[in-house]
Amino acid sequence: MKKRLFKIFCGLLFSAAAIGQENIYPAAEYKGLLFIKNATVHVGNGQVLNNTTIQVNNGKIEKIGTDIAIPADDVKVFDVKGKHVYPGLILSGSQLGLVEVNSVRATIDHTEIGEINPSIRSIVAYNTDSKVINTLKSNGILLANVIPQGGLVSGSSSVVQLDAWNWEDAAYKMENGIHFHMPSLINRPNPFAAFFGITEPAGDPVKRGLEQVDKVKAFFREAQSYANEATHSVTNLKYEAVKGLFNKSQKLFVHCDIVKEMLVAVDFVKEFGMDVVIVGGSESFQMAPLLKANNIAVILSQSHSLPTMQDDDVDQPYKTAVSLQKAGVLYAINDADGQTRGRNLPFNAGTAVAYGLTKEEALQAITLNPARILGVGDKTGSIEIGKDANIVVSEGDILDMRSSIITHAFIQGRLVDLTDKHKQLYERYKHKYGK
Amino acid sequence: MRKLFLLPKGRRLPVLLAGLLAATIVQAQPTFPVNGIKEEKQATYAFTNATIVANEKTTLNAATLVVKNGKIVAVGTNVAVPKEAMVVDCKGKYIYPSFIDMYSDYGMPAAPQAQRRFNFGGPTQLTSNQKGAYGWNQAIRTDVQAIRLFAADEARAKSLRDQGFGTVLTHQKDGIARGTGAVVTLADEKENLTVLKEKATTHYSFSKGSSTQSYPGSLMGTIALLRQTYIDAEWYKNNKEKEGINLSLRMWNENFSLPQVFEANDKWGALRADKIGDEFGVQYIIKAGGNEYQRIGDMAASKASFILPLNYPQAMDVEDPNDARFVSLADMKHWEMAPSNAAMFEKANIPFALTTADLKDAKQFMANLRKAMEYGLSEQKALEALTTTPATLLGIYKEVGSIDPGKWANFIVTSGPVFNEKTVIHQNWVQGKKYAVNESSWSSVNGKYLVTVTGDKGSVNYNLEVKSGSTANIIAKDTIAAKFSFDGKMVRLSFPESKQSKKPIRLSGAGNTDGWQGTGEDATGAKVLWTAKLSEAATTSPDSSKIKQAPALGNVSYPFNGYGFETMPQQQTLLIRNATVWTNEKEGRMEGADVLVKNGKIVSVGKNLSDAGATVVDGTGKHLTAGIIDEHSHIAAASINEGAQSVTSEVRIADNLNPDDINIYRQLSGGVTSSHILHGSANTIGGQTQLIKLRWGANAEGLKFANWDPQIKFALGENVKRSSGTQNNRFPDSRMGVEEVLMDAFTRARDYENAVKEALVVPKGKKGAVANPWATVRRDLELDALVEIMNKKRFITCHSYVQSEITAAMRVGDKFGFTFNTFTHILEGYKVADKMKAHGSNASTFSDWWNYKMEVVDAIPQNAALMQQVGLNVAINSDDAEMARRLNQEAAKSVKYGGMSEEDALKMVTLNPAKMLHVDDRVGSIRAGKDADLVLWSDHPLSIYAKAEKTIVDGIVYFDRERDKELRRKISDERFRLVQKMVGEKKSGMPVGPARASMELMNTCSDHDHSHGLLVVDAEAINANN
Repeated sequence: MKKRLFKIFCGLLFSAAAIGQENIYPAAEYKGLLFIKNATVHVGNGQVLNNTTIQVNNGKIEKIGTDIAIPADDVKVFDVKGKHVYPGLILSGSQLGLVEVNSVRATIDHTEIGEINPSIRSIVAYNTDSKVINTLKSNGILLANVIPQGGLVSGSSSVVQLDAWNWEDAAYKMENGIHFHMPSLINRPNPFAAFFGITEPAGDPVKRGLEQVDKVKAFFREAQSYANEATHSVTNLKYEAVKGLFNKSQKLFVHCDIVKEMLVAVDFVKEFGMDVVIVGGSESFQMAPLLKANNIAVILSQSHSLPTMQDDDVDQPYKTAVSLQKAGVLYAINDADGQTRGRNLPFNAGTAVAYGLTKEEALQAITLNPARILGVGDKTGSIEIGKDANIVVSEGDILDMRSSIITHAFIQGRLVDLTDKHKQLYERYKHKYGK
Repeated sequence: MRKLFLLPKGRRLPVLLAGLLAATIVQAQPTFPVNGIKEEKQATYAFTNATIVANEKTTLNAATLVVKNGKIVAVGTNVAVPKEAMVVDCKGKYIYPSFIDMYSDYGMPAAPQAQRRFNFGGPTQLTSNQKGAYGWNQAIRTDVQAIRLFAADEARAKSLRDQGFGTVLTHQKDGIARGTGAVVTLADEKENLTVLKEKATTHYSFSKGSSTQSYPGSLMGTIALLRQTYIDAEWYKNNKEKEGINLSLRMWNENFSLPQVFEANDKWGALRADKIGDEFGVQYIIKAGGNEYQRIGDMAASKASFILPLNYPQAMDVEDPNDARFVSLADMKHWEMAPSNAAMFEKANIPFALTTADLKDAKQFMANLRKAMEYGLSEQKALEALTTTPATLLGIYKEVGSIDPGKWANFIVTSGPVFNEKTVIHQNWVQGKKYAVNESSWSSVNGKYLVTVTGDKGSVNYNLEVKSGSTANIIAKDTIAAKFSFDGKMVRLSFPESKQSKKPIRLSGAGNTDGWQGTGEDATGAKVLWTAKLSEAATTSPDSSKIKQAPALGNVSYPFNGYGFETMPQQQTLLIRNATVWTNEKEGRMEGADVLVKNGKIVSVGKNLSDAGATVVDGTGKHLTAGIIDEHSHIAAASINEGAQSVTSEVRIADNLNPDDINIYRQLSGGVTSSHILHGSANTIGGQTQLIKLRWGANAEGLKFANWDPQIKFALGENVKRSSGTQNNRFPDSRMGVEEVLMDAFTRARDYENAVKEALVVPKGKKGAVANPWATVRRDLELDALVEIMNKKRFITCHSYVQSEITAAMRVGDKFGFTFNTFTHILEGYKVADKMKAHGSNASTFSDWWNYKMEVVDAIPQNAALMQQVGLNVAINSDDAEMARRLNQEAAKSVKYGGMSEEDALKMVTLNPAKMLHVDDRVGSIRAGKDADLVLWSDHPLSIYAKAEKTIVDGIVYFDRERDKELRRKISDERFRLVQKMVGEKKSGMPVGPARASMELMNTCSDHDHSHGLLVVDAEAINANN
């Protein structure tokens, strides 16, 4: 057993010394048994299990307990005494793999031409070789929901696992939802427009926004009528693309922030009976019970944000999650920051702990809750029997940067390589300086 | 002759109109040919029995005013009426000097609209589009002379006269230097005769106006341009042959001695303008914007005279709570308090004039002035601000501004005290010519009349009661409303025969000495004649409208928003007890230690300290650290980037600090006590930076970190070569060019320094003489800053990413003998850390940003740790208003990624930045004698769970989580109060506008892919293009 651990350790060292990411390999499928023992297991559903063993078989969690016997055969065993074990973290909204360098147009594949593009699928552009992906794994993020942008209805997202050779391997759940970017319903003047000679469009921006929303509703009405038709003489790809919304095999993700926009989003529950998820939701604390009553979930895009108004509580974005938690809303904490590229997901959750969540609630907001919201709650999001062995091991509290040092990560039971471009460059220049 | 012009006495109907109307008194011009009969008008008037308010201090009762040929010849209670005078009986009337508006563009052609749009990376217009022998900058329009552009505009003149104005100072409101203004009257005469002063003033502003030139593209650039122009104009006097003809500078000099008026339009703008004036020995007259009451003490300290507009924000429709949500307390408070601006000036004893400028319609003027009075402005002061003050400021008090012999006959005749709500202005006399404003009400026609309608079938009498010039009733068994109008001459009257009848009797007529008479049709359409005779005059009740009670207002807070202080907090003697103290000194982390703070300084650090007078803060279970210092910040400034040229070392962040920025408070809540406010990264040599302490509530001067070694921002790479656009025409376009910009700038600076030195040499034999180098060498603000760098009096912080550019920059420094003090961002610093160490640079970086642009694809979160391992002094900075609140946690990431010790990590946001800013003798650690800039944390300061409970600057608690809680309640109460007040305004029928979200201007380095919220306008997106 020790030998095996040593081998893995050597393997890690070897790849860390390599230059360039071309030799960071996705892990091969692992058949058979695997044990993680002496673990403090943060289940992801609020529970913490001490001194526990997790038994994984063929990539699935088979047993969890304190009295699991580990066979003496040639099985992988990881002794994680003193460490913390978590479900793989889930980035619930991201352009991961769709954009490499934000400022270089040629590396951007997240936006299409046109206003209503439901048949666009993000998954087909997902680049498994993006250098960003490995930096996320290094911080315990093992799954991501890859979202298209642009227009009003931008297309479908898919959930990917972050250790794959190509997008077909990466696909964890395809086309789990359709994304609607709601136009702004805020009377938002540019106070400097006159001074700088910027022409603002005439008329009431709120009214303009509502007209756009009507356009989208009209589209869904047509699509619904199409879905109710047994056969079609002419195939409409856009209507086809949203069929899943009407039978709830897909969710409607509505990207919006303010109360009026969220109230409009409720229409999609009421009129079409859709499962609705708010993405953004910075003002969701204003109407959490109403969201709960309509069974609307929320993905909070960025807790590390400034308050909307100068009058707001200076820590409002840090504690918005707390309001949702109290109201019983199904919500996820996300990290949509463009400059750190999602790697601070655990710390966005950690901040919410400082402002009122429990640690296990905050963990759930980046594991089990997003899994449920993204339609993969049956497969992942928690360390429970029958689920995929998507598991992360951390030196200490994963939510606090003081101790959030990831030592192992498993995706579907595969021990993945935690090397990334940054570690490689670090090694390269430590070498230069003889450090 | 005289009788003819007597005003009607008693109840005789007004006939004052005849004859007076066409009287032209001003002299005809001898050079102008006459079409028709030459007619040189001469006229003498005597206004008798009037209450004459000669000036704000002198009121004469039952007085006489004699006017001859446009000028006042006599005024007093004992004045004889010349026999040739046409007498106007002004019994019951008031006469005031007509008003003067000294911030008008009356008669000026409209300036062309600038065609500017945001286009980051688009082409730059580097030179002026103005053709001719003018200066280099299109916004310096000193060649503009209002007198040359002036064309009388009767429609506008009338709108101003109707408000009581007779004289204006007019100029073209376009550009940063706007040329001269002219004083003109509002007479409807040939311009030749209405100009009182051809060149009265010069004008300045912070707005480029129609200039299409890229420079200046920022407020601080505008200030730098003005400063340089003052210097250039002085230099030009003796160096004309070097410059050639420069009409812009010549005109600047020619008009330099005139009163200089600066359109600041804002409280901070006023102070910024005043500061420019102080530097060049000019006391500007400052055109205000309306929010100056928020810093009235500072306004008084400026010693300036002000011109106050009376445009108040309109109430917003905040009935819908979801709309009200986005209207800030500050905006609502300003709505509530803006009408008190003038009263606050009066109270603070600051001289001011009033203007109609900024009003959508001059018609609002009187109503808004009365509102100012409701809020405490005295009538006397108001009159002074409309007459004596502007006349004195403009140097025309000998000609206008009061009713005194020798002055122009510019006065108004009113029905009562001029500012009373029910008072009407009957006539406005300009240069001795009468302009009717509201004459129909000169005499009241109210009363009971006997109307006799005579047709074929005989006469019928009706009793008519006239209530006003437009309402009257027929009194019979029933009272029947009549349609009635009387304009002072012609009358119209129609009424049904009886209440049941729908057919009206329609009458039309004219007034004369004893009533009305005229023709009409009866209910059947038959022709009738009619007369009306007064039977009983209405008794006039005296004007009972009084100045209303001053409304209850909220308090001014500093800054003017919900989190401001109503009373500034004071330094305290503080004893923080039993905390874990992170000293950043050799003592390291001390458990259970005490820190004593007195007079803003740390007095002692140790165990079991005591001080009888100290406020004790229990630190049990808590951590105390030095205040966080952010080496790279863009908060608290009105502009950040002057990107219009590649070298702009003349611009200074210090010139445009914005103490109102809410992010100061927000960052205090994250433990930040000092921030280094940097110029942006739009160009290679950016602007001079400013280190501030987060003294929430202070003004711009109060924010500044005293006695620091000044720094300057440089930048390299993608931003300065403008990679994001495809149309760049500004040198440089590559990293090759960036290096050469540096070489060129410092070469010029060296030559300049030599030239100055040479000019300083006193010729032999002239012992004791002091040479003034600026008599020959043009003082160049841009090069001055670069010379300071070479002389180690100013230090560079250089935005940089890629190893090649970092090395290239250091080599330029080596050539010119200076060090790049700090490389900021420096995401590839780990690649050349050894070279940076050899050069002597500090490094200030991000913890974990990467891949948002091409030059950061090799950025790694181990950068800080590795540079530190190589021996560099390393800081973690924010460059981001949000992240700055979590800098302690950003530092902690080096523990995670690079295995740095916790104490070293904390130093990266405290002591290390203090070192690179050369202020580590005062801040950055907890040691006796240092500034008491401290943070008390709820938890381990590197933990995600730590919150700043108290943030102390100079021994003053600027942020306290308990007080913060209280403020939240107060904000909520105040918002509720003001929303109710606005809703009340709407209910009372006052006009309201739609609720508009209060936007916030945010400055960034232009390196962001980071959203700051729904209501943030990225200043970069606006400024970058210019």
